[in-house]
Amino acid sequence: MAYDKFTILRSTAVPMPIENVDTDQIIPARFLKATERKGFGDNLFRDWRYNNDDTPKQDFVLNNPTYSGEGSPRKILVGGKNFGSGSSREHAAWAIYDYGFRCVVSSFFADIFRNNSLNIGILPVQVSPEFLEKIFAAIDADPNTELEINLPTQTITLLVTGESESFNINGYKKHNLINGYDDIDYLLSMKGEIETFAETRPF
Amino acid sequence: MSTPKTLFDKVWDAHVVRHVDDGPDVFFIDRHFIHEVTSPVAFLGLESRHVPVMFSQRTFATADHNTPTLNQHLPVADPLSANQLAALERNATKYGISHWGLGHIKNGIVHVVGPENGITLPGMTIVCGDSHTSTHGAFGAIAFGIGTSEVEMVLATQCIMQPKPKKMRITVNGTLGKGVLPKDAILYIISQISASGATGYFVEYAGDVFENMSMEGRMTVCNMSIEMGARGGIIAPDATTLNYLKGRELAPQGEQWDKLVPYWQTLKTDEGATFDVDLTFDAAAIEPQITYGTNPGLGTGVTRQIPVAETVKDGAASYKKSLQYMGFSENESMLGKPVDFVFLGSCTNGRIEDFRAFASIVKGRQKADNVTAWLVPGSHIVESQIKEEGILDILTTAGFELRQPGCSACLAMNEDKIPAGKYAVSTSNRNFEGRQGPGARTLLASPLVAAAAAVTGVVTDPRQFI
Repeated sequence: MAYDKFTILRSTAVPMPIENVDTDQIIPARFLKATERKGFGDNLFRDWRYNNDDTPKQDFVLNNPTYSGEGSPRKILVGGKNFGSGSSREHAAWAIYDYGFRCVVSSFFADIFRNNSLNIGILPVQVSPEFLEKIFAAIDADPNTELEINLPTQTITLLVTGESESFNINGYKKHNLINGYDDIDYLLSMKGEIETFAETRPF
Repeated sequence: MSTPKTLFDKVWDAHVVRHVDDGPDVFFIDRHFIHEVTSPVAFLGLESRHVPVMFSQRTFATADHNTPTLNQHLPVADPLSANQLAALERNATKYGISHWGLGHIKNGIVHVVGPENGITLPGMTIVCGDSHTSTHGAFGAIAFGIGTSEVEMVLATQCIMQPKPKKMRITVNGTLGKGVLPKDAILYIISQISASGATGYFVEYAGDVFENMSMEGRMTVCNMSIEMGARGGIIAPDATTLNYLKGRELAPQGEQWDKLVPYWQTLKTDEGATFDVDLTFDAAAIEPQITYGTNPGLGTGVTRQIPVAETVKDGAASYKKSLQYMGFSENESMLGKPVDFVFLGSCTNGRIEDFRAFASIVKGRQKADNVTAWLVPGSHIVESQIKEEGILDILTTAGFELRQPGCSACLAMNEDKIPAGKYAVSTSNRNFEGRQGPGARTLLASPLVAAAAAVTGVVTDPRQFI
């Protein structure tokens, strides 16, 4: 489906300086039983976020009023190295989106998670390990520090210091995100070409 | 003479319908496997776009992630699971897709039933909304997991938009030692390069160890490629591959088969072709492995100690969090750790060879009283083989029970959940926090290590029983 257009995003962020955050943590398997794409945000990071009796775990960042307070919806999640490893479940990206994030920043993303995010309109921004440390330090010093993600210029800026770094994204995906297009629209436009190609396959 | 190509290049390049400038390739998919968990939303997407499935005969549906492993003849008790299974059947029927639902003779785990029925062939591209689709690379296919948006894409257009990954070759020369299985080889490789060491790459496995390996073993290795971040693994098809496939029900037969063989024989990396990364390991260095942490890269030889934080590639804070979850400490020995559960099964090790290996240790011994063992074949066909080969008798005599096929405790979407705090030696692919049930603690290992744990009740070196 087509999704929200993404151009420039300015927001405070939620810091999660943990490495190898796998998609089983982002959304545990027992929450994959829906047949519709809705309501996943409530179970985002379920087992890190809630105790067995469904009371919130006070030491988890999403339960910290500093980062989850009313009136300051944080649209950027900053994670540690190798974010989104493991299962291909797109439900992980849905949960992140449904919770309200539009961008995930890390020094390294797992491939399928990166693809899934781009396919539903979340921008994964890969920064250097050094810049990631600067972001964590800045949020540590001031939880209300803002980041600016500029997709057209492919830059991420720490507004408090003005420090900035450029990030990569392939031109096709960038165009789609800026315009809110998706791949299926593009592929359906070349139906005849695909059908001709299929006839050449030996099996 | 043309430029030398790798096996991966040959298969990839043959499937590019169109190259998009500064973008991904429009990549044609020969076979698409679907299951009940990651497909329902994709079908909803098709409906809202009012588009049909472009090539329904290229798609195969099986029920596996949610299915119970006991009493499969009864209605599925969990209403949400039942709902997903019904949605799969409804969608398959509506669009004319082959559907092997619960109770079907060919039902089983998607990555087990594809190869055993001859759907998976060398030179194919195969996708599924499941990361362990990499399994099919064992046949010289390019196979990888996709998300639900891409499942919808393949249903609608038989293509996905995919940038070509970089290429890595992992060569293991020598001979695997006594009691060392393919699972140990791949756990060893992942422990050496870390859980993210191959991210962005497609891995070709080369060298004596893989050339001499059975198809079951090659599937185990390719299956776990994703656990080091790789999109997939691939092994050149050879006589072992063709012998495995020949005569399988849905494989090409007769003249059609004979026509394909010369093409399949071209599917190997040319002399002089280059890889972005080339790694070599020595088979003699590989012992039976076991994991101690919460990602598949945190593993070591079963006779070794848990390493100190400074020597692992994960950051110290993440590593300590991992050990804390497991209830382990640096420098502890893995041998003798108590085990509560043993799980033999999954798309990694739910094949007949795995049950043969397990039975080779438990034969003449008894299940330890403190262990609950879940032995789950990957398919009905595997289940039949277990019975026909007399393995079931060995298991039963030793105090074990056989369950019915499915993904089971690998991801615990059905009733098979390891209780919080309990330790499971598992032949599956992931030891993530809560993967086998909230709070469950997973030690990944081979079927031989699992069998040794099942009869002793503690982490044991299986070589003492061989």
